[in-house]
Amino acid sequence: MSLTTPTERRPRVVVVGHGMVGHRFVQAAIERGLVETHDVVVLGEEPRPAYDRVALTSFFEVGAEALSLLPGGAYDDPRVRLRTGAEVTGIDREAREVLLADGTSEPFDELVLATGAAPFVPPVPGRDLDGCFVYRTLEDLEAIREAAGRGRPDGDGPARGVVIGGGLLGLEAAHALLQLGVDTHVVEMAPRLMPVQLDDAGGTTLVRHIDALGVQVHTGIATTEVLGDAPAEDGGRVTGLGLRDAEALEADIVVFSAGIRPRDALAREAGLETAERGGVLVDEQCRSSDAHVWAVGECAAPAGRMYGLVAPGYTMAEIVVDALLGGPGAFTGADMSTKLKLMGVDVASFGDAFATTPGSLELVFSDAVGGLYKKLVVAEAGPDADGAPQEGYVLLGGILVGDASAYGVLRPMVSSGMLLPDNPEELILPESRGALQLGLPDEAVVCSCNNVTKAGILTAVSDGVDGEEPCEDVAAVKQCTKAGSTCGSCVGTVKTVVEEYFASVGREVDRSLCEHFALTRQELFDVVAVHGHRSFDDVVAAHGTGRGCDICKPTVASVLASQLNGHVLAPETGALQDTNDAYLANIQRNGTYSVVPRIPGGEITPEKLIVIGEVARDFGLYTKITGGQRIDLFGARMEELPVIWRRLVDAGFESGHAYGKSLRTVKSCVGSTWCRYGVQDSVQLAIDLELRYRGLRSPHKLKGGVSGCARECAEARGKDFGVIATEKGWNLYVGGNGGATPRHAELLVADVDTETLVRYLDRFLMYYVRTADRLQRTAPWIESLEGGLERVREVVVDDVLGLGTELEESMARHVEGYFDEWGATLEDPDKLARFVSFVNAPGMPDPNISFSTERGQIKPSTQDGPVDLGATIPVGAAR
Amino acid sequence: MTALDERAGRADETSGPGEEAGATAEWVPVCALDRLDRERGVAALVHGRAVAVFRTHDDQVFALDNHCPYARASVLARGIVGTRKDTWFVASPMLKQPFDLRTGVCLDDPAVRVPTYAVRVVDGVVEVGDRLP
Repeated sequence: MSLTTPTERRPRVVVVGHGMVGHRFVQAAIERGLVETHDVVVLGEEPRPAYDRVALTSFFEVGAEALSLLPGGAYDDPRVRLRTGAEVTGIDREAREVLLADGTSEPFDELVLATGAAPFVPPVPGRDLDGCFVYRTLEDLEAIREAAGRGRPDGDGPARGVVIGGGLLGLEAAHALLQLGVDTHVVEMAPRLMPVQLDDAGGTTLVRHIDALGVQVHTGIATTEVLGDAPAEDGGRVTGLGLRDAEALEADIVVFSAGIRPRDALAREAGLETAERGGVLVDEQCRSSDAHVWAVGECAAPAGRMYGLVAPGYTMAEIVVDALLGGPGAFTGADMSTKLKLMGVDVASFGDAFATTPGSLELVFSDAVGGLYKKLVVAEAGPDADGAPQEGYVLLGGILVGDASAYGVLRPMVSSGMLLPDNPEELILPESRGALQLGLPDEAVVCSCNNVTKAGILTAVSDGVDGEEPCEDVAAVKQCTKAGSTCGSCVGTVKTVVEEYFASVGREVDRSLCEHFALTRQELFDVVAVHGHRSFDDVVAAHGTGRGCDICKPTVASVLASQLNGHVLAPETGALQDTNDAYLANIQRNGTYSVVPRIPGGEITPEKLIVIGEVARDFGLYTKITGGQRIDLFGARMEELPVIWRRLVDAGFESGHAYGKSLRTVKSCVGSTWCRYGVQDSVQLAIDLELRYRGLRSPHKLKGGVSGCARECAEARGKDFGVIATEKGWNLYVGGNGGATPRHAELLVADVDTETLVRYLDRFLMYYVRTADRLQRTAPWIESLEGGLERVREVVVDDVLGLGTELEESMARHVEGYFDEWGATLEDPDKLARFVSFVNAPGMPDPNISFSTERGQIKPSTQDGPVDLGATIPVGAAR
Repeated sequence: MTALDERAGRADETSGPGEEAGATAEWVPVCALDRLDRERGVAALVHGRAVAVFRTHDDQVFALDNHCPYARASVLARGIVGTRKDTWFVASPMLKQPFDLRTGVCLDDPAVRVPTYAVRVVDGVVEVGDRLP
């Protein structure tokens, strides 16, 4: 770190606006090193940090926290300061500072405007009535929810709502109303829905889908006024909507979603140039008419045009960071392609969707019954890059409604110049996904959200990016290139590009477990279930070769354990276990073991604590408190394990499975019982969950946590499953871990009661146990699923696979079949017979084990070579 | 530790005078073959050294020094036994290095080798003999 003298102030970048684009600017400033030279101050007007506005509609399902782009509430970099609830009221260009509503000011050297856009409310009479809303922020949604909750004023049924505007945002708003149980209408002035993206036929297909969901669509109709029971200034409330040349609609809620306008007032008042149709006029580097004021996202108008999508905003944010670093980046227009799921209906529009290019032709596939409309716009190919004439067609654009699965492949083909296959209609016929394995050119943009080309992906897998190791799989590519990490629509294409590359270099994407099994762990799990195998011999004879190894044997043992609930040291599985499972303890540096009794939820009585202390003292064990709220006893010789456990089991302890790929602990805070902040009994839930899932064999270790309030003292979000108490119930988070690549768990479901929580957890854990790869923890497993966390939610919460009951039953079998492995081992002479130092000298302590002392406790000593006792045996090791 | 002293003495009697590797030593019976699980190992004390004795799925018996040169701990008998192609090996339980049961050579680094011992089964009893050159 460089030393700064007081007179030498670091230049300051002030960002006005903390939406998605403002957030991206800060991320890029951190990642690309702008913060090495500049301090960054971000001023957000909303009360919370940036959130995913694109996914606003999912707010009612997942809650605000899941949408947050900065769940911690602050940037993990001391050179970036975020102020939320900070409304900027003016820019003083002379004094180089921005003025805030609270009377404070923030000086700047560089100012970045990321103020976004505001909904456009047409100047119709009655637009101020109580019951009129816009659809832009979480607060807007909260207000709409409240109004919907009131129902009709006469109490006779659900509230009636009208959305003005049938564009992309209007349909999102209609979806939100529908979710709230509102009787929903959409009024669009244009003759069709989504007039910017769809042609008439596409719009008609979409209307059929939306009608079927119970939303009434009125196209080609203009709104004349909002009707009320009294004037707005007298507290009048919405009663309906007056329409031109049509009967008025009764309504209690009106949502304006008739487009957006750039929020450029600050810039305008500061004397900066603005575009004719609104927006801060900026050059290709996004620099305004003041060389030190920049604008990005929806408030900016590069070359006079504003862009109402997030991807161009991201690009602008990157370009300004680049410019501040002295780079040459330039914004020269953006791909306005769109793909989204509207009320469960796939809609995509890309390139020259309206065939405006002279000489272009349209190829249409339409299936009114199936609700499909697909159109490709093509043109005869011009000369190739070397000027030679070409025979064939190139793709200019298209529209997909009802099934947009081809989007990922089609969009990059636009303007790539590649020739279409001889039968281009094949590209849009149903069931043609398999035929779409076309070689994209390297410069084709695969991920338009993050502007990642095919070449960028290939570099990541062949050479690595920024000096990193080459990526080994799709998950790594997503992480290092960001491809597929925003809207996710291109993940399938990313996967294809990666797999094609590996195939081309002769590197099979080999997901075989090892040389003995050409199966993944998931496939192995399935064949074991289908055939009902009960032993490794059966499994290897039927599905493998050779006699197994240290990879496949423990994996098969884990799979068998998950399905059979047998003892891990049963004759069929005993030889398969790693030493930790084989001796039900964790091997340590000098060949001794550590012992961890289960302490559910970290709650323990003084009597039990004393027993642990006495055992440790009597056997001379090193003791340490673990991170999972229990006590680890180190330095036990293998032959001592049964004696130690006899004492522990007699005192009421059972195995803590610290040695297994299985549930370790469910950590808790003291919760509402003792803590003055607690809102739920987190200790009880932690104990219940730990006892429920104890002994569950899984692909990797599993950890849980339960916090009694949002302060999160149990650090539950650092666990594979974390539960945090709310006023209304529990929030369930999944996919967290500590270790080398720490991850915060993400919200799966909010505000559920205990019964629902346990049901979803049962499903989640069993789904993981069944489908994850060997040694794959929950976070990378979720990442590896197509659809990621959203897929987990579909399977676990929405039960789209219809597996819910089966997964729950499977967990119920585990819970019923559970027994304490150590208790059972102590009762079984055959199993105990293995716990000897030497088969021919069972009482002789292994002389290779020795200890020294440190801080009053034992520590292992290493020896350079094996101990040779020769003729004389020094008896009793140094201990 | 008195009880242990007595047993240690018994181990001493059976192991006989300590002799250098390669010298003729007597065969030391370590246990009944039945006591060895297939594809698992046991540790035995032979000529004053900890020896890992393994029985394969096809009932061959092998003996290696129990000391893992990577972990520098006496643990090989506790490793998982398996095959690589047609070679029987044990994976050290500490860091999983594989050792050829016939030769003691590490399959991932032929420069590293653990000593092996002659071994035979006589009347259902496993006997370990000389350390092999």
